[in-house]
This record gives sequence, C-alpha cells and structure tokens, in this order.
Amino acid sequence: MDTLDGNAIGGLLHEVFGTEMTAAVGTCANCGATFPVAEFSVFLRAPGTVARCRNCLAVLMVIVSARGMNCVDLRGLAELAGA
Amino acid sequence: MAGTKVRGRLSGPALPRTTLSWQLATVTAVRTETATVRTIELNAAEWAGHRAGQHLDVRLTAEDGYRAERSYSIASAPGEPPAITVQRLDDGEVSPYLTEELRAGDELELRGPIGGYFVWDAAGAASPLLLAAGGSGIVPLRSILRHREQAGATVPVRLLYSVRSLPDVIYRDEIDGYDADGVSVTYALTRQQPAGWTGHRGRVDGALLADIAWPKSSPGDDEPVAYVCGPTAFVESIAEHLTKLGYPPRRVKTERFGGAGGP
Repeated sequence: MDTLDGNAIGGLLHEVFGTEMTAAVGTCANCGATFPVAEFSVFLRAPGTVARCRNCLAVLMVIVSARGMNCVDLRGLAELAGA
Repeated sequence: MAGTKVRGRLSGPALPRTTLSWQLATVTAVRTETATVRTIELNAAEWAGHRAGQHLDVRLTAEDGYRAERSYSIASAPGEPPAITVQRLDDGEVSPYLTEELRAGDELELRGPIGGYFVWDAAGAASPLLLAAGGSGIVPLRSILRHREQAGATVPVRLLYSVRSLPDVIYRDEIDGYDADGVSVTYALTRQQPAGWTGHRGRVDGALLADIAWPKSSPGDDEPVAYVCGPTAFVESIAEHLTKLGYPPRRVKTERFGGAGGP
C-alpha cells in the first residue's frame, strides 16, 4: 500500500480536533520542517493511523481509535497552528 | 466517540469548531462514466454545501456490524447536490458495492464536506490554473472546472489528464466541452493509443510538463497555482517536475489516492 497524505484523514482529524485541519500547518519536532497537514505522509494500515514528516520521515502524529475513543499522540510535532 | 486525549501543544488563533456528523443520504442516480467508473448522485438533507476540491467519507455497515469507511472526492460543483465518482477496484472492499450494487433510492451513510487545503474558490480567483490528474484523480479537478464554468470565472486553465487509454477518460464530453472556453486540455495516454493518435504516449515526463505548465512568473496574484491529484507515484512525480520548473511548494497543491486505480 502506497503512502497517502493528510487529505485522507481530514474526516478523522475533524472528529478529533472539532474543526477542519488539513490546511493547518505542522512543524516537525525532529527536523523543523513545516508542512500543511495535507502534505503529511499518511499510513492508514499501520496499527492506528500514522502521519510522518515528508522531509525526514519522523512520526508526527499517531491516532488509535479503540472502544469508542480516539487516542492522539502529537509528540512528533513541535507546533500545530491553525491556518 | 466517548472522548479524545490529545498530547502535544496546539497554538495559533482559536479555530472555529464545527461538527462533522454522519448523515443518511439517498442515492438519486447512478451514472456510468467508463467500464469501471460510476458517478453516484446523492441527496443529503443536512448537506451544508461544499467547496470545489473537497471530499466526503462514506461508511458502509454490514449486517454483522462490520464497518468500512472510505474517502471520495466530491465530483459536483459547489451549489449542486453532492456526487461522488467511484472507480471499481477488483480487490476492493467498498468500491465493487458502490459501482455495481448500488441503485437509485438506496441509502448511504456519509459525512462531509471535508478538507480546506485542496480547494479552489472562483470568487476573487486571478491565478492561472494548472490542473494535473492521474486516472480518477480527475474527480476533484472536475468539480473545480465545473465551478469555474458555473461561476463565470475567466482564469485560464491548462488541464493535463494522464489515463491508460481514451475509453478510460472520465467526463470526456464535459471536459472536451470546456476545451475552447479558456481551458486547454491535454491527454497523456499511458498504455494504449488509438490509431493515428498524435498526442502524448506514455507517462507524463518533464518535457511534456514543461510544455504544458504555465511559465513561472514573478510572485503575485497572477502567479500560477497547480492542483495535482492521482495515485501517489503520479503526484510525487508531477510535484517534483513542477519544483524543477520553479513552482514554489506553496503553489502546488497535492492530493494522493494511494497505489490503486492509476494510469
């Protein structure tokens, strides 16, 4: 399965954050690159949903949905700013 | 959803919160586009309207409770009822049902519209558009073309549509109808060309793109903007070529469909 991008998780992110997030801009905590969320590399078939930095491939976001709850880990992001 | 745990730091202006709920939509028509592609027109009572380029999520629930969700680009223009165009993937879990089983009057669960990045608004648009589609990547670009036409926008458009063969072209009559009206259409046929085909053969390369893409101009309102949609490998290749042609990343909007259904 090829990599998708952040557009593919627009619905999930809206569910988690309560607003449109694909145009928000994230900063990678590893390499400092900034990209719109739509440009993150996204893997849907990892255990949970994983978004990686397009520049250095560091993990930016992990979202695991289980028992009616979304667990969200954003430690790979230094910043996530609304568009 | 019982709750959401968020770790990390959020910044920026307070974002408007809007709900995105699953709603029931009724299929009003199923149209045959190609041998494997159908357009499904929907009536959704709670549809709030969409922007060109957005998508929606479809959720199917089996009798045993098993659920599958998929994202589809919206094919219709803003102001029209939502429609999606779906390509059947032979090993697909959802697309065979949508393209072969679904009939007018059937119901579907959907949520949307979704996305605020890969969108284009006719109001105030001044930049020439470069649209590049691989296979079913044409769907959100068709919404853009339809929107431009209906809004009476005059920004010039160059459309590059890479597809396996002419019979695989989706919306062909409509697209060819735009060809005179400020839209220049180029097909790249990757696998099969009809006798006497004088257009491009094979995958899109740097030379073809250099030929079609708007020359990079000085930054400003009339700086061209590109929308690229299709299989991941197609999008990556086009984006790389555009970078070499001098398009800054912020003027190249991309949406990747993954590995399947490509040209």
